[in-house]
Amino acid sequence: MRRSVLKIIACIKQVPDSEAKVKAEGGKVSWGDAPLVINPFDEYAVEGALQQKEAQTGTVTALCIGPESAKEALKHALAMGADDAILISDPALEGIDTLGAARILAAAIQKIGGVDMVVFGRQTLDSGAGLTPAQTARLLRWPMLGLAGQIKVEAGSVTVDRVIEEGRQTVSAKLPAVLSVVQSIGEPRYPSFMGIRKASKADIPVWSLSDVGAGAPEAIVRRTELMNPPVQDTTIEIIGGESPAEIADKLVDKILAEKVL
Amino acid sequence: MKTFVYVDHFKGEVQPASWEALGLGKSLGSVSAVVFGSGLDAITKAAFEYGADEVLAADDAALTDFRAEPYAATLAALASSASPDLILFPTTARTRELAAMIGVDLNTGVLTDVFELDASDNQLVATRPIYEGKVLEKVVCSGKPVIATIRARAFPKPEADSGKSGTTTKVEVKSDALTEVAGYSASESAVNLGDAGVIVSGGRGVSNNPSLQPPAGLDEKQVEIWRAQQGFALITELANVLGGAVGASRAAVDGGYIPYSHQVGQTGKVVTPDLYIACGISGAIQHLVGMRNAKLVVAINKDADAPIFKQARYGVVGDLFQIVPALTEAFKKKLGK
Repeated sequence: MRRSVLKIIACIKQVPDSEAKVKAEGGKVSWGDAPLVINPFDEYAVEGALQQKEAQTGTVTALCIGPESAKEALKHALAMGADDAILISDPALEGIDTLGAARILAAAIQKIGGVDMVVFGRQTLDSGAGLTPAQTARLLRWPMLGLAGQIKVEAGSVTVDRVIEEGRQTVSAKLPAVLSVVQSIGEPRYPSFMGIRKASKADIPVWSLSDVGAGAPEAIVRRTELMNPPVQDTTIEIIGGESPAEIADKLVDKILAEKVL
Repeated sequence: MKTFVYVDHFKGEVQPASWEALGLGKSLGSVSAVVFGSGLDAITKAAFEYGADEVLAADDAALTDFRAEPYAATLAALASSASPDLILFPTTARTRELAAMIGVDLNTGVLTDVFELDASDNQLVATRPIYEGKVLEKVVCSGKPVIATIRARAFPKPEADSGKSGTTTKVEVKSDALTEVAGYSASESAVNLGDAGVIVSGGRGVSNNPSLQPPAGLDEKQVEIWRAQQGFALITELANVLGGAVGASRAAVDGGYIPYSHQVGQTGKVVTPDLYIACGISGAIQHLVGMRNAKLVVAINKDADAPIFKQARYGVVGDLFQIVPALTEAFKKKLGK
């Protein structure tokens, strides 16, 4: 089989670590001193992109919108094996919504040019909306192959195993295409020693909005309030007994008395 | 207010949150149910029974399988000509893509996982979770229509009235498909945690039953998975007796004990059952965030200090391999099954 030369973009974001105690504080989101990391779902995107680069041949570019500090997330992608990385950073991007982000990413992907495949994680841990992959596809007018658990490229087409609640579908489209991946793609590889060294020396280009060739997007969705979830005052009652049967008996009576079933 | 409600279905099986969206739309004004696919008579009938004022149906062979592009083009064209104020969706894998794309086509905002929608002062204010539900935000959308996907079980499901019917209008289909659906296999364990009234979940503890003798010839990891599967079999029996779904912690899915689709407590998998039984789950923060909106939480864990007990109304400090089967028996007896 002839191998294709693929130009792949992995879109990533930097977010507070999943273990972070995130809360609303003075109208802002605070995560204390928890580290900022590559969005966990985006590690799967980088993994999926690298798998395709290895199955065929080609390059993987990690692309990220964020502040200067987001270079660390891009360095993680480089350490995993991405060939290069681009940070899009501009003061005008503060407070953009998902559609705004998709417009910037689509413009950057067009500017990069000759791209065959764009790979996203299924959603980010911060906004959690999961809209950007399909919006980027729509703006590029490329097919969207969402929630891919497996990817196969052959003769200018891409076929994915789409993982949905009802099962798995086989869906295919012509390249170029936009994909989002799910965990079944395979555990993200650990950065190698060589990879970490290469990433630490990398000079990551920073593109402003004018470099991308896009205007400042106007936010259509605006946050008016930030809240912490209501604290539930649960007092626990520990159910004990002489035997599992006795404990189960008591517990079931308690549950049935709550009338939730 | 004029609302469109997109009725999401897979091969004719409607996502129940579609009807919850219909009830929400009805509480705000007039509601048109929007139904796409082929062979839609049963869904159309159900939409009227749940309270739709009219049904807008694109019943066409080209729409048999959900594909984001033709569905989005069809819906965007329909919305452009009928100009609703609000388009509501249940939150599913399909509607996330569809809502995202019509947001582009109509140049408006998409609010996902909404669990409260306030319409006072002529302004729609939606409440939704961010940071895996650790924080909540209220958001407004300056575009029109407002597009929102609602979280399952967040809004009341209307009572079906079998006497109701109405006018169905045919929608013009835009069949600009870019993808092809070549095959489908149902998942071995179809799971819809979002809609479940009861969830019984297992964690790392389900692999810790030392009294089991694993089959010969397995390596250490295989033995661990085999043990965990025996544990999940007990959890599944309990879930079945309660008519519920099986959930899992991140530790359990990362351990390969059960598919990712069962995971509670990552973005998008916030569950809100009436009863949540956590078995052998210690309670990592993202898990607690994922299940804390359950009405009643019961925790079973060997470790009395496990954080899960801080979130639970009832707890058993003990061996899940003894307690879970005993619970299954007790429920069977008391529920008369």
